[in-house]
Amino acid sequence: MTGFERHRRSGRTIANFTGFEADLLRSLASQLVELLRDEAAAPVSSDPLEALFDFTGPTTVPEDPVLARLFPSAYVDDEEAAGEFRRYTESTLRSSKATAAIAIIDDLEEAGLPAELTDEGLYLDVELDLPRAQLWMRSFTDIRLALATRLGIEEGDEARWAALPDDDPVGQAHDIYEWVGYLQETLVDALGD
Amino acid sequence: MRQSRGLLCHDDRVSPIHAEPDVTELPDAITFLAKPWVTIVWNDPVNLMSYVTYVFRTYFGYDKAKAEKLMLEVHHDGRSVVSTGSREEMERDVQAMHEYGLWATMEQST
Repeated sequence: MTGFERHRRSGRTIANFTGFEADLLRSLASQLVELLRDEAAAPVSSDPLEALFDFTGPTTVPEDPVLARLFPSAYVDDEEAAGEFRRYTESTLRSSKATAAIAIIDDLEEAGLPAELTDEGLYLDVELDLPRAQLWMRSFTDIRLALATRLGIEEGDEARWAALPDDDPVGQAHDIYEWVGYLQETLVDALGD
Repeated sequence: MRQSRGLLCHDDRVSPIHAEPDVTELPDAITFLAKPWVTIVWNDPVNLMSYVTYVFRTYFGYDKAKAEKLMLEVHHDGRSVVSTGSREEMERDVQAMHEYGLWATMEQST
């Protein structure tokens, strides 16, 4: 696992994953999609015209702390304006973030990740054009924000994580958080070249 | 700027419009010198410095130096004003920052 690199001639961004890594990434992306769709942001209307004019999105901060971090209040001191902003934006943002996470799942499966991982020696190559790579990059952020919120990551708390024993499941979750950060860093570098 | 309605009269007499608003003060909403709105990005312990810089370059079209300066302001001061404009423009920018996973808010500049 060497992270992402920019292919000189094609300009595409490439990475290779072990079957285990790809399966893990798919699982994280799937969990994010599930979370985004869980507390449905907008009511579903069967009438397409009605749905078009349906701006009755949520106006209050989501209860789940991960969702609250993904959809922060736009106004610090104005609850009413924050509610209005949320009503008009949260549904769109939810589907945009779900689309990005689904792009990761689709691309991994297209690159050869089977529905059930059985072959332990599986390796797969992922090749992304710029718009696709930007979707992955955005979704890495959402996945990291979700993991960080669940783990309670704080500024400058590296020592706390380093002190955990190897077999601590919280420490393992933190390793996954760090790994997605590594993937994102290499992806940003590849795109910024 | 809109043309004076007087020029569109069908007869040849061009008459200027004598509009005399009977208000002594303009409401905030139509004063073009109203205090602008700003988009603020706040520091968080998760987002990578390189990613934040990339977002500022890509979305706002800032050059590398400006994007890095703003990113470092966020990092060291806890927050930075990343764009200025009308309320509608700032709502678009805040929404875009949320799409990128940055913690952004907006307020009227003081």
